[in-house]
Amino acid sequence: MDQQVPIGVTVNGVRHERAVEPRLLLSDFLRHELGLTGTHVGCEHGVCGACTVLLDGDAVRSCLILAVQADGHELVTVEGLAPPGGGDELHPLQAAFREAHGLQCGFCTPGFLMTLVPFLREHPHPSEPEIREALSGHLCRCTGYQGIVAAVRLAAGSAP
Amino acid sequence: MTATGRYMGARVRRNEDARLLTGRALFVDDVHLDGMLHVAFLRSDYAHALLRSVDVAAARRRPGVVAAYTAADLGDYWRPGPLLVPPPPIRGLVFHARTQVPLARDRVRHVGEPIAMVVAESRYVAEDALEDIVVDAEPLPVVVDLEAALAPGAPLVHDDLGSNVAAHAVQRKGDYARARAAAHVVIARRFRYDRGAAAAIENRGIVAQWDPRAEELTLWDTTQAPIPIRNGLARLLGLLESQVRVIAPFVGGGFGPKIMMFYPEEVLLPWAALRLGRPLKWIEDRRENFSATTQERGQIHDAEIAVARDGRILGVRDVFLHDTGAYDPYGLTVPINSQCTLLGPYDVPNYASEFTAVFTNKTIVTPVRGAGRQHGVFVIERLLDFAAKQLGIDRAEIRRRNLLRPDQFPHNHEIIFQDSAPLVYDSGDYAPALERARELIGYDGFVQSEQARLRAAGRHVGLGLVCYVEGTGIGPYEGARVTVEPSGQVRVATGVGTQGQGHFTAFAQIVADVLDVEVDQVHVVTGDTREFHWGTGTFASRGAVVAGSACHAAAVRVREKVLELASGLLGAPPDRLELAGGRVRVRGSSDSAIPLGELALRANPLRGAVRPGTEPGLEATAYFGPDRGSTASGVHAMLVEVDPETAQVEIQRYVVVHDCGRVINPMIVEGQIQGGVAHGIGNAFYEQLVYDEAGQLLNASLMDYLLPTATDVPAVEMAHHETPSPLNPVGVKGVGEAGAIPTGAAFAQAVEDALSDHGVEITEIPLSPNRLFELIEAARSARAR
Repeated sequence: MDQQVPIGVTVNGVRHERAVEPRLLLSDFLRHELGLTGTHVGCEHGVCGACTVLLDGDAVRSCLILAVQADGHELVTVEGLAPPGGGDELHPLQAAFREAHGLQCGFCTPGFLMTLVPFLREHPHPSEPEIREALSGHLCRCTGYQGIVAAVRLAAGSAP
Repeated sequence: MTATGRYMGARVRRNEDARLLTGRALFVDDVHLDGMLHVAFLRSDYAHALLRSVDVAAARRRPGVVAAYTAADLGDYWRPGPLLVPPPPIRGLVFHARTQVPLARDRVRHVGEPIAMVVAESRYVAEDALEDIVVDAEPLPVVVDLEAALAPGAPLVHDDLGSNVAAHAVQRKGDYARARAAAHVVIARRFRYDRGAAAAIENRGIVAQWDPRAEELTLWDTTQAPIPIRNGLARLLGLLESQVRVIAPFVGGGFGPKIMMFYPEEVLLPWAALRLGRPLKWIEDRRENFSATTQERGQIHDAEIAVARDGRILGVRDVFLHDTGAYDPYGLTVPINSQCTLLGPYDVPNYASEFTAVFTNKTIVTPVRGAGRQHGVFVIERLLDFAAKQLGIDRAEIRRRNLLRPDQFPHNHEIIFQDSAPLVYDSGDYAPALERARELIGYDGFVQSEQARLRAAGRHVGLGLVCYVEGTGIGPYEGARVTVEPSGQVRVATGVGTQGQGHFTAFAQIVADVLDVEVDQVHVVTGDTREFHWGTGTFASRGAVVAGSACHAAAVRVREKVLELASGLLGAPPDRLELAGGRVRVRGSSDSAIPLGELALRANPLRGAVRPGTEPGLEATAYFGPDRGSTASGVHAMLVEVDPETAQVEIQRYVVVHDCGRVINPMIVEGQIQGGVAHGIGNAFYEQLVYDEAGQLLNASLMDYLLPTATDVPAVEMAHHETPSPLNPVGVKGVGEAGAIPTGAAFAQAVEDALSDHGVEITEIPLSPNRLFELIEAARSARAR
């Protein structure tokens, strides 16, 4: 397991070159190699969705992908949503989550956000069943989902 | 001074959200320290076995492994964990404390019990090294089923005890036998309520660091109760309490099992960090979570209700078994909650309740959201349903007839509650809440015509309507320190941990109202023992009640200091001053207002003399300890449609009318209830921990253990009914668990109602499509006979 494979990825617009073990999960690479700990890990078997990131614009589960598979690809994590600078300025979807109480403990939230970014791009005016279907690949134990549904509607500018 | 102001009851968006939404919030697994090593645990594959030997030599030789420990390596440090909640003073109580051990020594008692600990340069290597460990174990017969556990000759989980009885308790009020003799109808049933997982999305985790220069141990822990962990670890490790700092940063959901358990990992990581001189991290994975994190809910009740002809409850008798798992460190909180909450909002003049807590070779049982209250609610609500049916009384009406009246408060139930105090309801007004729930769900229309119309169209739609109470906000106490800083901003520190309840906002609202500042200028810190080290923790729906009241008390004292200081500067007595918009002025005058920040500066004189006894700063610490808990209550109503062919259930509507006293922030309260209902729905229809006869959990993954998703949980329609608690200055009652408590009872009634033409009777939770299908088939074949 000492074999190290060189990879290069772009994460939130920044290029990173690293040598990694072939078995290293992308989630662990992002969190522990790059220090991007906003991506959370809840089950490591692809069910809870907390670790979702964008890979070339598509939502993927970073616990089901090896870091070496991300070689040459472009990634976006939750840290890449809000304008840079670390202030309290938020991406419109993040702002909608705050406004509609779409989060409680906030652990699952980054995953939801990363699924919803491409979803709203593809469904700018989603119906409630479409929203719920989109959310159904994620688990949240705190909110009972209602605040999240409301946040998506708010972000999409659809009537509550 | 009672709590009033512009923020009390306002829908204030949360102060903590920006950090959580941008990924900046610190969770335990986000802690990274130089030189940090990673820990993995070898856990028992057997539910019950003798450990002959555990050989970690090969693991130690693996490159990258720094240490490997077994129970033998722990020396004097090896000892069973503390009994966290001593049983309450119930007469004749039998209780055998058997608490978990850090690493199994000569016997394992449940799957997932830790046997060895490996420390390595990475988690990957640590897990590799687990494969190198050789365990010689002899499997023993296993105790899984509650009744079989008590049968003569059953295998013993703790063989020194001579039986699997962990506890036995009898509580009585009045004379049930006489009530029974006078009853028009007596209805008896057996009820089962099986196990579920808390399933916080964040698993547990610990980072431990010993700083040899500062001689300080720091522990980042996903705990709900950092202060008891600090104090206990200091005792175990022979350190001063002040040398141990426990930080519960943002915690990704608690729901009970993250209480101050002194889990093996919690005890072992600090020990090994001290020994190795390097920081250590252990993060539980989901599979570990299913066996190593505590669970709840296995009970079997044999209950009966004695009712008069008009449906009045004359008495209830309940004998139940409670599964406590392999150890019972949390005492009897769960079964006592079941025992007490069974009485619900009702006037039950005679009550005889007896339970036996039973050791089994399964994961330890401790409170999970609801903490045993579900079971009690399920039993009484189902008994009332059956009584209503037998007497020909409407089910809403039989409930109304039995509700405690407003003039019966405070109401003493004459039995002992989990907090060791008598079960006394402080306040409540139940009938209007029931009426409101009936209106909101459209009870009369549905019962009188709609249901029959739907049935004629071939649709099976049913209604459930149940009541509950929840004992919340128990003592002993919490504290808070409020400080006005020279910037004019306010800092609040309290000892409770936070797992998503909105403490950074709700506590800020309370303080902002007292000091009349903007809520986003109030910065709350929770769960760091260096910031505040008196208190117990977040559990039993007590954070807002107890810590919130302490925040209020501290803010009131700071306000007094502000006015006193300003009084000298403005030359007017404090009662002629007003504090508004972050400034103090003489009432009615338009000039000479002093900002709070300036007062804070002046409160810290750097030169000259002060009057003897002067306390610097606009700062105060205060504590709040209620005499007893405050009793929240509510009514849940739901409409479900059942497909009798597939046994699939769809929830059409869900209504909650609840009373948690004064509402600090309706947005947060509604979020708590919606989330609780989702948990309750999971508990009722999707979630069940399925053990086989060998004590193996068959569904230990989120693929197999189904948590409800966004397509399973409806939008809950809510109404608030406020009966302020007289027991605290804010008037609040807890709400954290409420949503999850009556859901199973409502679900059972609704499904049964939908299937009334099939004659299905539901006496168990959780259901599932499979189980419901079996019940429908059984009812069909019974009718065919």
